[in-house]
Amino acid sequence: MPDHASGHALSPHRQLQFESYEQQQEAATFGMWAFLITEVLFFGGLFAAYTIYRLKYPAAFQKGSLTLDLYLGGFNTAVLIGSSLTMALAVHAAQTSRQKALVIFLAATLLLGSVFLGVKVIEYGDKFHHHHVPGPDFRWRASDRGPAQLYFSLYFAMTGMHALHMVVGVVVLAVLIVMALRRRFGADYFTPIENFGLYWHFVDIVWIFLFPLLYLIGRHG
Amino acid sequence: MQTSHAMAEVPGPAPQALDYLNADYGIRSWLFTIDHKRIAILYLLMITIMFVVGGVFAAAVRLELLTPQGDAFEADTYNKLFTMHGIVMIFFFLIPSIPAVLGNFCLPLMIGARDLAFPRINLLSWYVYMVGAVFGTFAIVAGGVDTGWTFYTPYSTTASQTNVIPAVLAGFIVGFSTILTGLNFIVTVHKMRAPGMTWFRMPLFVWAIYATSLIQMLATPVLAITLLLLVLERGLHIGIFDPALGGDPVLFQHMFWFYSHPAVYIMILPSMGVVSEIVTCFSRKQIFGYTFVAFSSLGIAVIGFLVWGHHLFVSGQSAYAGMLFSLLSFLVAIPSAIKVFNWTATLYKGKISWDTPMLYVFGFIGLFTIGGLTGLFLAALGLDVHLTDTYFVVAHFHYIMVGGAIMGYLGGLHYWWPKITGRLYPEFWAKIAAVNIFIGFNLTFFPQFLLGYLGMPRRYHAYPEEFQVLNVLSTGGAPVLGVGYLLPMVYLIWSMRYGPRASANPWRATGLEWTTPSPPTTHNFEEVPVVTQDAYDYPAMEKKVA
Repeated sequence: MPDHASGHALSPHRQLQFESYEQQQEAATFGMWAFLITEVLFFGGLFAAYTIYRLKYPAAFQKGSLTLDLYLGGFNTAVLIGSSLTMALAVHAAQTSRQKALVIFLAATLLLGSVFLGVKVIEYGDKFHHHHVPGPDFRWRASDRGPAQLYFSLYFAMTGMHALHMVVGVVVLAVLIVMALRRRFGADYFTPIENFGLYWHFVDIVWIFLFPLLYLIGRHG
Repeated sequence: MQTSHAMAEVPGPAPQALDYLNADYGIRSWLFTIDHKRIAILYLLMITIMFVVGGVFAAAVRLELLTPQGDAFEADTYNKLFTMHGIVMIFFFLIPSIPAVLGNFCLPLMIGARDLAFPRINLLSWYVYMVGAVFGTFAIVAGGVDTGWTFYTPYSTTASQTNVIPAVLAGFIVGFSTILTGLNFIVTVHKMRAPGMTWFRMPLFVWAIYATSLIQMLATPVLAITLLLLVLERGLHIGIFDPALGGDPVLFQHMFWFYSHPAVYIMILPSMGVVSEIVTCFSRKQIFGYTFVAFSSLGIAVIGFLVWGHHLFVSGQSAYAGMLFSLLSFLVAIPSAIKVFNWTATLYKGKISWDTPMLYVFGFIGLFTIGGLTGLFLAALGLDVHLTDTYFVVAHFHYIMVGGAIMGYLGGLHYWWPKITGRLYPEFWAKIAAVNIFIGFNLTFFPQFLLGYLGMPRRYHAYPEEFQVLNVLSTGGAPVLGVGYLLPMVYLIWSMRYGPRASANPWRATGLEWTTPSPPTTHNFEEVPVVTQDAYDYPAMEKKVA
């Protein structure tokens, strides 16, 4: 165990159970990584179900995939990657104590996240309009109604879980922006921003997998 | 310090230092506490209530099985009784039992930390548990649930008319409390150890809790998503587990057991950690094979993830998958056996004393060995076809979960009780209870091995008359076991007020938790200790006394 007793031992941000502020920071970051591992397992269950059913019903999955709007999905992918960039810039701004830049980049991330969710609402509305929502109202012209419904079940479960994580992220972002406006962060205290950044990037990476698996499988060859 | 000066002049009882229990008495000081020791007490309270509730259901099940006819309860009621027994005991008692109570209390003390890394998340996990308990209670009060604790599809999604969704949500929510506890423990072990507390100086209980936390963190999220899909399937008929829509009900079994088999190790590993602590203390010897015992915990955690398919031997899984899962299930016996051999080797030529915690350890070693060996019977593909869904399976997992996990829990509770409460319990009654539990347990569950071997299936409220003698024996054991569990509840509560005060280290045990006063102060250590020795240096301790 490294000696934590030096440096910021008396930092005002240190909680009582820690010997030093560095130890606290390390614990928080380690905890966030551990949390993200649990998230990988959580989404992993969905990806496993997706893999099994896609192998079982490849044709129905391709047909289902073709009904999705590639342009909206592609646009949202670009939006999310852009939000990862602004988030990374926000972390850098916090580390370098640039208060104004921090608020701007956090706000930009929040904006992009909200745009993503807005587009998702349009896409979901489209599914309702075309009766592609699993359940008694599900309509499908081809014979493979059951497998097609499975595709849309997984589509809603996976993108829904992802969107839920986005909503949580947007709420936390709002809190972080308020804290940033009160100048709570700076070179001596940026762990919450850094750890939230890890979360945000994780949610983005999930989408990077979801986009090809859901939108692109009908379009190769 | 004017008060202590004044006290010194007045003859009477010595002034009490402030400890974590008497630091504050208000109800808010408990409900909003972030002290890991107080949160452990909150958990202790809740899981004891849950244990009683689950025990009442078990008693009703045994009552019904006293006679071959289904006369005490309707078949449907009986299905609800064993289901709720399983849900309450597994999700609300066994899984949180040792980690959330003894782990919460002891882990920071044992590694020389002032608290867990995230005290507020620790409190949050208790509240999440409480929300899960509300859902579980609702499912019970609203009329119960009859799917079995495993919620197998398609029965749970299409056929069952009972409160499946509240019960499943209860399991889903309480799972997050498990995840948070496991995550907190892992970060704490990595980042909060006192100077000199290297990984291989950690007490083996900490190793066991660490391995348990890994499982909690990695397996429980899969349960969460599985149960969520189940709720969606039942509520919206999305088809994931519905064969009529192309879904596969066996996928549910795979996903469920991917969590629930490792969950068995969530229940047993902490008990093994407790046994390692107690067996060395009451043999006055260093543990035999420290690194083997430590790594066998990790070994069980890792292999435990690869054996879930042995629950699906007769579910239509491919023969090759069955063979592979059978082999892996045999492999997981190796680290378990390593532990048993090392404990017995620790006993060899030790100065063994027969205090209550040690009685539970002897009980654990014997019963766990029987439970583990019969597990090998079930891992053998051919034999399993005969024994699947019989009372042999019921007896097997009760030997692990009750004979193993609860024995360890009670042993640990007695061992650390003086530290937790600052009081000693009445040794005589404690010994009576331990012996009582051992006899009652074997009387209840050993006949079930025979019943299962003879072919009595589980989960039926009636049975052929030829099985009655063994069932009467089993039902006769249940009240003996019940009295054994009731006794500690009475004398432990009694001891909190009337028991003699405990010294800091009543067992002359090694370990940092015994260097703190009993009960410890709110912040555990005035000065963070510096560790210079390996764990369990009992020979040196003995020399010091001599």
